Amino acid sequence: LHAMNTVVAQLQRRFQDYLVSLYQQGFLDNQFTELRKLQDEGTPDFVAEVVSLFFDDCSKLINSMSRSLERPENVDFKQVDSGVHQLKGSSSSVGARRVKNVCISFKECCDVQNREGCLRCLQQVDYEYKMLKTKLQDLFNLEQQIVQAGGAIPQVNIN
Amino acid sequence: MADVMRPEKLDMSNDTSSLGSPELLHVLAVDDSIVDRKFIERLLRVSSCKVTVVDSATRALQYLGLDGNHSSVGFEDLKINLIMTDYSMPGMTGYELMKKIKESSAFREIPVVIMSSENILPRIDRCLEEGAEDFLLKPVKLADVKRLRDSLLKADEMAFKNIMHKRELQANDIYSQLKRAKI
Repeated sequence: LHAMNTVVAQLQRRFQDYLVSLYQQGFLDNQFTELRKLQDEGTPDFVAEVVSLFFDDCSKLINSMSRSLERPENVDFKQVDSGVHQLKGSSSSVGARRVKNVCISFKECCDVQNREGCLRCLQQVDYEYKMLKTKLQDLFNLEQQIVQAGGAIPQVNIN
Repeated sequence: MADVMRPEKLDMSNDTSSLGSPELLHVLAVDDSIVDRKFIERLLRVSSCKVTVVDSATRALQYLGLDGNHSSVGFEDLKINLIMTDYSMPGMTGYELMKKIKESSAFREIPVVIMSSENILPRIDRCLEEGAEDFLLKPVKLADVKRLRDSLLKADEMAFKNIMHKRELQANDIYSQLKRAKI
């Protein structure tokens, strides 16, 4: 039983450290903390479900914006602006800080109809959401391991 | 530094309204973003509300029977205590939705809260002038919902107290009349 407790404690420690590092490296902000607050033993998959919807949203929006930016002589900046707005909104709602910050630059490029700038931002937003997706997958895997070892998911306070 | 705390079980107790029956606040939430819909739904459930979520102003009007395709028959029993709508939505905005709700005799008394990711003062003013109960900046916090809920339940309680006070006054009045008539 003692050995089991050590395993759980170690996993909890790893989870906590990893989560803190994600905040420290700017991947996540306080809104992610708010999301975690809404999750409990009765709804253990809530955060994973919300971020999954977010990543699907990212993929869809990036594809449609990419199409709009494709032909230099015929860019639909209105559509791109709409996509950026949506992306900024949903990234803000889940606490995806880096994605949200790219969206701010992205909007500026859109406002001045800078196609090259938009393409750069599009590439960056694609990179950032995929990076975050990988990081959060690792986090959820750690959560899973804790639960399987019979432990509870720590409530981590970020100061 | 981060502290590790035990996770606390969320309070899912049903509140009883002061009117005596254990009714949950029924909230109609309107948002075109699937992420925000999932988020607001959970936020409201955690705050002991019954939630109906729709993805557009048009669907909200359909739900309320205000889309012109129905008479008001059948919709009087629809008990909505609060409508929370996103401002920027394709097609009809949350602002336009609110105006339509305020125009209807059936639903104009229902508080409407507007949510927006943009902190634009003229927009906020316009919404409040048009009768919005509140304007919330997204992302909405648990504390925002709690504050809303508390103020709505308090308004309920105030209305209840006013009714009781009025009855008391009426009872006193009748009593005085009876006394004077020496019955």
